[in-house]
This record gives sequence, C-alpha cells and structure tokens, in this order.
Amino acid sequence: MSTSTTASAPGTLRYQLAEFWSYFSASRGALVGLIFIVTILLVALLAPWVAPHDPALQNRDAFLVPPVWHAEGTWSYLLGTDAVGRDILSRLIFGARYSLFISAMVVLLSMAVGIFLGLLAGYFRGWLETLITRTMDVVLAFPSLLLALGLVAVLSPGLTSAMIAIAVVQLPYFVRLTRAAVMSEKDREYVTASRLAGASHGRLMFNTLLPNCMAPLIVQATLSFSTAILDIAALGFLGMGVQPPTPEWGAMLANAREFMGSAYWAVTFPGLVILLTVLMINLMGDGLRDALDPKMKRS
Amino acid sequence: MFKFVLVKLAQLIPTFIGVTIVAFAFIRLLPGDPILLMAGERGISPERYAQLEAQLGFDRSPIIQYFDFLANLVQGDLGTSLVTHAPVMEEFLSRFPATVELSAFALAFAIIIGLPAGVIAATRRGTSIDHTVMGISLTGYSMPIFWWGLLLIMFFSSTLGWTPVSGRISYLYFVDSVTGFMTIDTLLAGDWAAFLSALHYLILPAIVLGTIPMAVIARQTRSSMLEVLGEDYVRTARAKGLSNFRVIMVHTLRNALITVVTVIGLQVGVLLAGAILTETIFSWPGIGKWMIDAISRRDYPAVQGGLVLIAFIVMIVNLLVDVAYGIINPRIRY
Repeated sequence: MSTSTTASAPGTLRYQLAEFWSYFSASRGALVGLIFIVTILLVALLAPWVAPHDPALQNRDAFLVPPVWHAEGTWSYLLGTDAVGRDILSRLIFGARYSLFISAMVVLLSMAVGIFLGLLAGYFRGWLETLITRTMDVVLAFPSLLLALGLVAVLSPGLTSAMIAIAVVQLPYFVRLTRAAVMSEKDREYVTASRLAGASHGRLMFNTLLPNCMAPLIVQATLSFSTAILDIAALGFLGMGVQPPTPEWGAMLANAREFMGSAYWAVTFPGLVILLTVLMINLMGDGLRDALDPKMKRS
Repeated sequence: MFKFVLVKLAQLIPTFIGVTIVAFAFIRLLPGDPILLMAGERGISPERYAQLEAQLGFDRSPIIQYFDFLANLVQGDLGTSLVTHAPVMEEFLSRFPATVELSAFALAFAIIIGLPAGVIAATRRGTSIDHTVMGISLTGYSMPIFWWGLLLIMFFSSTLGWTPVSGRISYLYFVDSVTGFMTIDTLLAGDWAAFLSALHYLILPAIVLGTIPMAVIARQTRSSMLEVLGEDYVRTARAKGLSNFRVIMVHTLRNALITVVTVIGLQVGVLLAGAILTETIFSWPGIGKWMIDAISRRDYPAVQGGLVLIAFIVMIVNLLVDVAYGIINPRIRY
C-alpha cells in the first residue's frame, strides 16, 4: 500500500493524507469523478474566456440552429442555439457558475449551521437536544422539494431564497450526523483528558470533538452537494428558483420545454450536464466514503 | 407489539404539532399583507378586504388563530381554496388517488427491476454484470427526473408515437369514478379497452417517478445481500450441500430483505417529492401538480393544507415502516 518513499510516521497529518489518497485513488470511479469536477470548476471559473459567445447575446439570424453534426449546424454554435438565438454551449458554461456556486453555498451554509446545532445537541444534551432534534424531525416530515417550494414561496422566488430553502432542507442530515458522532466520541479518554486540563465548552466542542467527527460529515457534504445541484435545477425548472434569462441549467430546461418537438438539443444538453455533474460528484462521494469511513473500508 | 405502536404514535405527536406550527406560520410569514398578496395585482375593495380578514381570522391574535387552526384541522377542515372556493380537504382528496396510483405503479416498477438487479449484482460480485448494474443504478440515482421525463416524452411520444404525452386516460373513454384509481375503476366497469388505455397513460410517468427508487433499491439490495452472504449461517447452508439457488433465495435473500423493506418504505417521501416534478411534466392530475398550481396561483390556504396533509402521510408511512420492520425481523422483539 505504501508506495511513497518519504518516511512519514503513522499519526502525522502527512501519513493520514497519504493513507486517504491510497484508498481514494484505488477507486477508478472516484478519480474520474474528481477529474471531472475539477475540470468543470475550472471551466466555470474561466467562463468568460472559455465560452465562445456572450451567454445573453441573442442572434436574430440564428434561432434554433441545430448542433454542429447536423447538416444545418455551424461550427460557430457547437451545441446549437435556443429559441432566441443564444449559444447553448456558452449558456451551459456560464450556467455551471450558478449551479456550482449556489450548491457550494448551500452545502457550506447547511454544514456550518448543522454542525453547530449538532454539537450543541450532542454535547449539552437535555432540553436543548430535545428541541433541536424535534425541530429537525419536523423538517424531515416534509418531502424535501415540497418544503423548499413552500419556503421559496414565502421568501419570493429567486437565487437567494432557493439557496436558503435548500440549505434548510439539507440541515437535518448534518445535525443528526454531528450529534451521533459527538455522542460516541464524548466519553473517550482524550476528551476527558482535555476537560480535566481545563478546556472550556467551546474549546472542547470545536477543537477537541469536531475534528474527530469530520469523516462522515465530509461524505455527507458531497452527497448534499449533488442533491443541491438537483434541487436547484428542479426549482429553476419549476420557475421557483433562479429566474430567466439567467443561464441556470434547470431554468434553461424549462425554457426549452416548448420546443421539445422541434429542437431536441435545447432540452437534451442542459439535462445531460446536470446528470453528468451529479453522477461524477456521487462517484467521488463513493470513493470518499470508502477512504474515510473505516467501517466501510474494503467491504 | 401493540404497546410499541402506541409509544411510536405518541412520539409522533410533538413532530405533528411542529408540522402544524410550520404550516400555520407559513401564511403569516409571507412578506407583506397576506390578503393583499392573495388579491394580487388587481387590488381589492375595502369591503372584500374586511370580509377576507374575518374569514381567515387575521383580525384576531396569532395564538387564538393558531388554536382555531388546530381545532379546525382536527375536524378535517383545512379552510377554503381562494381560487376554486371549494374546501381544501375536498380538493386534496379528489386528487390524492391519482398520486397514489402513480406512486404505486412507480414503486412496483422500482421493485420489479431494482430487487432482481441487486440480487444478480451481489451474486456476481466484481464481474462486468455487477459493474454494469451498479453503473446504471448510480446513473438512475443521479438522474434529474424532470429532464428524464422530457427525454422519454421526446423519444417514446414525439418520435415513436407509442405513448401519450399527458393525462390519465384517453378522452374516448369515460368511466365513473368509484375509487378514484383509474385502473381499478375501469376494471370495475368491466371496460377492458379503457383499462389498457389507463395503463398506457401510466407507464411513462411511472417509469420516470420510479427511476430513483429503483436505483436506491438495487444498491441497497446488493449491499445487504453482500453482508448476509458473509454470514456464518450462509456458509452452513452451503456446507449442508444446498443448491446455490436455494442458498441465495431462501437463506440469503430472505434475510437481506429485512433492510430492503425498510428502504422501500422510506421511498414514500422520495415518491411524493418526485410526484411534484413528474406530475408537472405529464400534466398528471394529482396532488403534486395541485400543489405547484396552488403555489403559483398564490392559493395559500391550499398550500398550507397540502403541506400539513402530505407531512402527515409521510409520518404515518414511516411509522408503518418501523412497525413492519419489527414484524419481519425476528431478531427484534418488543
């Protein structure tokens, strides 16, 4: 297993990283997923330079131009144009910014609040725990998309409300995982030692317990990331998320729907990009789980 | 057992109260004056405003309003739709069977494909069959089903002309609604052609809605099978000289099914969320489409009622799954 020539002792961060990488890279799917995600992140960051056209530019001479492999297609519009003559490829590239950025914000927001509530519940127990877990049970009682829709309706449709709504829907998973991890770690010797050394509650929660609870949380974060991309696209598709003419993938699909019969490309490519992105994140998530979760290792 | 169910039911009460608070707060949290919001851009006369205010109880204190809401809820009164002026409960119940029928067929599709696929993948672990099944199920699991639905419509309905695009049954047939389930009603009427038509309209939306549950079931079946295949009693069964088929079907699958059944039960929430998208795409007249319409028409009493009822259904089904798990798993006794 250990192919690295540097002699790093077990227990050091470097050793742990090397061990993690050897498990993670053992899975070809995980590597493919990682490479895809890094590529699409780069494309999203470099969108103004990579995209062949302005995503909002409407070319009146090129309505619903088919992709390049059709007889009527042109090299100028590789994946064709939509009903108002905008380049689909450029819109997909700029759309990656919205989907990835919003989803990353969703995960960060949800994870930060979820970890905080989970730590409080697992560490202090008592009425605080009851209140937090009960509230999360209520969130879980609603089908996620329905609750997100309801929240968006309250907050008025748009990017920020979609982000908040989906973060709320993801919250219970982070709270539950953190709480369970804290409860199993709380009575270990190193925590007791730290407490006897006079560590404050805050220090015990965030410096002692949290780093040892991170593995399942990281796996959950990748899962949440892919779910968030799907939910953002679903809200956009239903007209409750990012509003047109923003080139968000779900909203693009909704716009293209009425041209389904005549312009398959306008429907096919946005969905394909959503599917590929989510699939690759999930592949990476499977690899992460194998590498980080000792119980699942080598199973 | 009975005591266990009672305890579980009692544990649901706080969650259910939480759900009612969320649903109650929903209308009050809307930015701006809810009555003006409901009236929309046309505006509203002062008389109508006062009338609506009294009708919705907004002129009283929030706490009294909440208890009114609860008292009405217990009696099955969820208020009146602002659009159709029919009771919300009635609107919900008239559309609910369509969603149940769609979900039932979707779940049947998911189980019929997902379960055998998971068993085959587990028994052929590491082979190309295993990789293919797992690849397909990971793809299904990652599927944006609103796009999947559009793709299937483009291919099967527009290009091949095999399946209808939307609705529940061809307009050529008219069947009295007895149960609200189109397939059962047509059979009750003895109209075989109408039954086939109803199935014809069901198949595409059921596949779309069933895709994610199918993937989840296949993955779960495979991993539970692998877990059980490593157990001592399976080795014992093999050592007794039982046929491979018998070891797989009787000794392994039966035990693996315990967790699979739980996962199947938990798909109800997934199905109800998926129904919102599937019903929108196929214009399926169920509660998912009804909720979307209610949200876009600002029919807030309908949205509020729908939220409570759907959450209630999910909670009850999860309770039943818990109970079923206890019944089928002989290692758990209450």
